Amino acid sequence: MKNNPILRVISKTLFAPIILYGLYVQFHGDFGPGGGFQAGVIIAAAFILYGMVFSLDELKLLAPPSIVHALMALGALIYAGVGIATFLLGAEFLNYDVLADYPAKGQHYGIILVEFGVGLTVASTILGLFMAFAGFDIPRYSAREKDAKPANKAGAKSPKKRASDD
Amino acid sequence: MSTLFINISLVSFMVVIALMITFSHRLFAIIIMSGAYSLISAAMFVNLDAVDVAFTEAAVGAGFSTVLFLAAMAWLPAEEKRNKALVILPLMICLFTGSLLMWAVAYLPALGDPASVVHQHVAPRYLAESYDKLHIPNVVTTVLASYRGFDTLGETIVIFTAGLGVLLILMGKTGRSPKPKKVDISAKVSEARDEDVNEK
Repeated sequence: MKNNPILRVISKTLFAPIILYGLYVQFHGDFGPGGGFQAGVIIAAAFILYGMVFSLDELKLLAPPSIVHALMALGALIYAGVGIATFLLGAEFLNYDVLADYPAKGQHYGIILVEFGVGLTVASTILGLFMAFAGFDIPRYSAREKDAKPANKAGAKSPKKRASDD
Repeated sequence: MSTLFINISLVSFMVVIALMITFSHRLFAIIIMSGAYSLISAAMFVNLDAVDVAFTEAAVGAGFSTVLFLAAMAWLPAEEKRNKALVILPLMICLFTGSLLMWAVAYLPALGDPASVVHQHVAPRYLAESYDKLHIPNVVTTVLASYRGFDTLGETIVIFTAGLGVLLILMGKTGRSPKPKKVDISAKVSEARDEDVNEK
């Protein structure tokens, strides 16, 4: 699909607006519909579109798998970290009231941080799954069985050799 | 009235697509049709004023899972195996479960009924106090991230763990972990057998 000019131009044009829309859904979730789950999926969709039109290798250059896998854990850690922070500030787990001067402001901070963690985990999990599925390769996956097969043949051959020797 | 008309046309679209999926044998067509099915159900969620769910359904159901199915299809033959045997028992189970569900629907409260049980427990308190306490107009967000923050933490962990599990299964030996030293068991076994034979 890399050589089709229509797909290439449209996916390049759409890439930035999709991510911008995802960020809007992420950070405007307090006021309109949306939030971390939806934004994460939308942002991952932009990367998946890029990976489908250009190749998986190009996508891996854009979003290295090691970073994507680290972000999966980082999002969940941010969420749990907000809970630990409220712990240390003297409130219950995930009680955002204590994060700022007055409770409503603290709740705003808490919700934005927590939604950011959710968005990070969802986006990187979906992107990681796409890369794992698209890069899945049965011959490489079952390399071990293939390695074992010639050895078996050799094992099967040796008794025949012995028979001829006898 | 227009809502009813939209609902009826959407549901009939969904029924037609479901029947087409059942009778089709080409995997590519089935995958694309299930994507269309998800897109129509997303439109239905918009019609029900559940825009958050519609977002997720459109992105995950119509987009992402279709892509995953297509990626999996690369390893499958293009046509499904035709099953000529009569499948009476599954049909009976499906009809029975379906009629049971239709019967149960009659006992559900009306859509959006404020007097129904689910709207009597904590929802009135959330609706009444969330704006005064948090100054956030979207009640869905306040319930999800603040009132029910612990549940959402659990959901995030579930997504993370599920993704981790699938990655561990799929990456197999292509992962970046250092290659374990190969021990060729079958060669060792044949060696041992050779030695046994020699001894005899």
